[in-house]
Amino acid sequence: MADTPVLTASGISLTIGQATLLNHVDLTVTSGEMVAIVGPNGAGKSTLLRLLSADLRASRGAITLKGRDLHAWSPAELAMRRAMLSQHVSVSFPFTVEEVVQMGRGNLPLASAQSLVNAAIDEVGLGDFRHRELPTLSGGEQQRAHFARILVQLACGEAVHGPGILLLDEPTSSLDLRHQIELVEISRQRARNGTAVIAVLHDLNLAVRFADRIIVMRNGAVAAEGTPAETITSDVIRRVFDIDVVVARTDDGAPYLLPQMMQQIANSTSITG
Amino acid sequence: MTAADAKLTAFVRTKGRVRGPATIVVLCGLFAALLLTVLLAATVGAAGIPLSRLPAALGLAAADPGNLFAARDQLILWSIRIPRIAIAAMIGGMLGAAGAIMQGLFRNPLADPALVGVSSGGAFAAAGAIVISDSRFAHYVSFLQPFLLPLAAFVGSLLTTIILYRISSRSGRTSIALFLLAGIAIAAIANAGIGLLVFIADDRQLRDITFWLLGSLSGATWSKAATIAPMLALGLVGMLFTSRGLDVLILGESEAFHSGVDVERLKRICIVLVSVMTGAAVSVCGVIGFIGIVVPHLLRLMIGPGHRLLLPASVGLGASLLVGADTLARTIVAPAEMPIGILTAAVGAPIFLLILLRQRGLVGL
Repeated sequence: MADTPVLTASGISLTIGQATLLNHVDLTVTSGEMVAIVGPNGAGKSTLLRLLSADLRASRGAITLKGRDLHAWSPAELAMRRAMLSQHVSVSFPFTVEEVVQMGRGNLPLASAQSLVNAAIDEVGLGDFRHRELPTLSGGEQQRAHFARILVQLACGEAVHGPGILLLDEPTSSLDLRHQIELVEISRQRARNGTAVIAVLHDLNLAVRFADRIIVMRNGAVAAEGTPAETITSDVIRRVFDIDVVVARTDDGAPYLLPQMMQQIANSTSITG
Repeated sequence: MTAADAKLTAFVRTKGRVRGPATIVVLCGLFAALLLTVLLAATVGAAGIPLSRLPAALGLAAADPGNLFAARDQLILWSIRIPRIAIAAMIGGMLGAAGAIMQGLFRNPLADPALVGVSSGGAFAAAGAIVISDSRFAHYVSFLQPFLLPLAAFVGSLLTTIILYRISSRSGRTSIALFLLAGIAIAAIANAGIGLLVFIADDRQLRDITFWLLGSLSGATWSKAATIAPMLALGLVGMLFTSRGLDVLILGESEAFHSGVDVERLKRICIVLVSVMTGAAVSVCGVIGFIGIVVPHLLRLMIGPGHRLLLPASVGLGASLLVGADTLARTIVAPAEMPIGILTAAVGAPIFLLILLRQRGLVGL
């Protein structure tokens, strides 16, 4: 199971008007693998994720999910095999946390999904908030509610079709430290059960902790790819983020960065955007 | 954030908001309210039929030999009052449901077919149909005669809804400000068109067109009831297929797609449903505003925003409200009749303002 490719993207590019947002990206994600996509603002990370979720269609190249062209699946079939957590979701009507999480069940009857709903709400630590209306919660709490909704969607699909894929677009952007770690642990637990997980992350230290493999992007292309130890190096970071940095290592060899160890490269005028 | 805002936020965060009584109670209440309103509507009017004479007038019981009004009561009830109540109930239900669907589609509690020009678009097309069917082009459309008005109102509403959606949504997001402003502009265009038709119409056509502008149920007949009943049935069936999708659509088009909803199909169905139901209402009784905005708003406070219950409940409450409003409209200045649009606007507009004030902080208007 561990090495079955779940998602394969070959040579995908996206051009809108004159702008090339993504240029010839290849990517294969196998069952049970955790992949982090990192890079500066405007590197094409979220665009890549939106292509992988079938939200956008690539101008060139092909993406297959479980051996079938991504766009050949119907929306309902797709939802049973890939779950995606978007960066910003706003809810303008007073749905409660529980009602929002229940939306993850798709066409499944409520009775058979309710235990999954309860488990997901407890897992993200919103048990006391289940009857609160979502617009009254803080940004981080709302993000956790949506994560719970995505977990229900994933669980409903995996119960029928086996391990699927979980896509997370900056899932930790409004979470505090504890909940960032919890989200990583929840994702890792899913990966242990065979789910392939891809997350766009900004925090390189979190990416190191999160991922088996890191994809570093710059200007719509892959600049480096490999294990955290291979990709989070001063050389790669200098090349991609235009900053000088000393990369330290933990006792078990994992790289980490501190802001004090970074400084903008002298004479560099580019603040890549 | 001011201190008062902070206090309010803290209050809302700790208390949340309390939902009203259990859903089943609300639904039973709605049904009871509809029955009561219908009963009231049947008994009062220019010619009152007291409750004691109602069973005889309905033909449910033998008439009291001493009752000199039995024949008159029956005539009034069956040929005037009951068709009018039936039409008011159906149209109220359709307007309530059309408002709820439209608000889900636009993810915006301020959407209402009458407010944003969908009804005006329908009325413009209907007024156009009146003028055309009376002109030298009449023989081209004569085969459509019985359906011409509903059809024209439907097409007008449909086109308006599509244009509105195209203008106000961009890459899967709808801008609330853009939506309301576009709605105002579209309503203005449709009203200018109606004005032009009024200008070129002859006296007889003018009387017919004026009827659309005021909104009235006084022309209710059994045949009109029969024309709109299938449209209500279509709306009710359509709700079964749209309620889950509309729930998820509240999260945004991308999220709905990620959750397995065929968003384009859902949008098409919703636009057709809104247009059919608004068009049907407009073709029979002209433009009646605010039912579509008040009904779903009140219901969301009581049973929450889930569309599986909200849509059928909107039909129920919309029906009660319009039957009630129509009863008021024909008794308040009896024997004359007040145009019902005035009543619904007098009650609905303040509620609209109230929603606007509550939303002010949330949507950045």
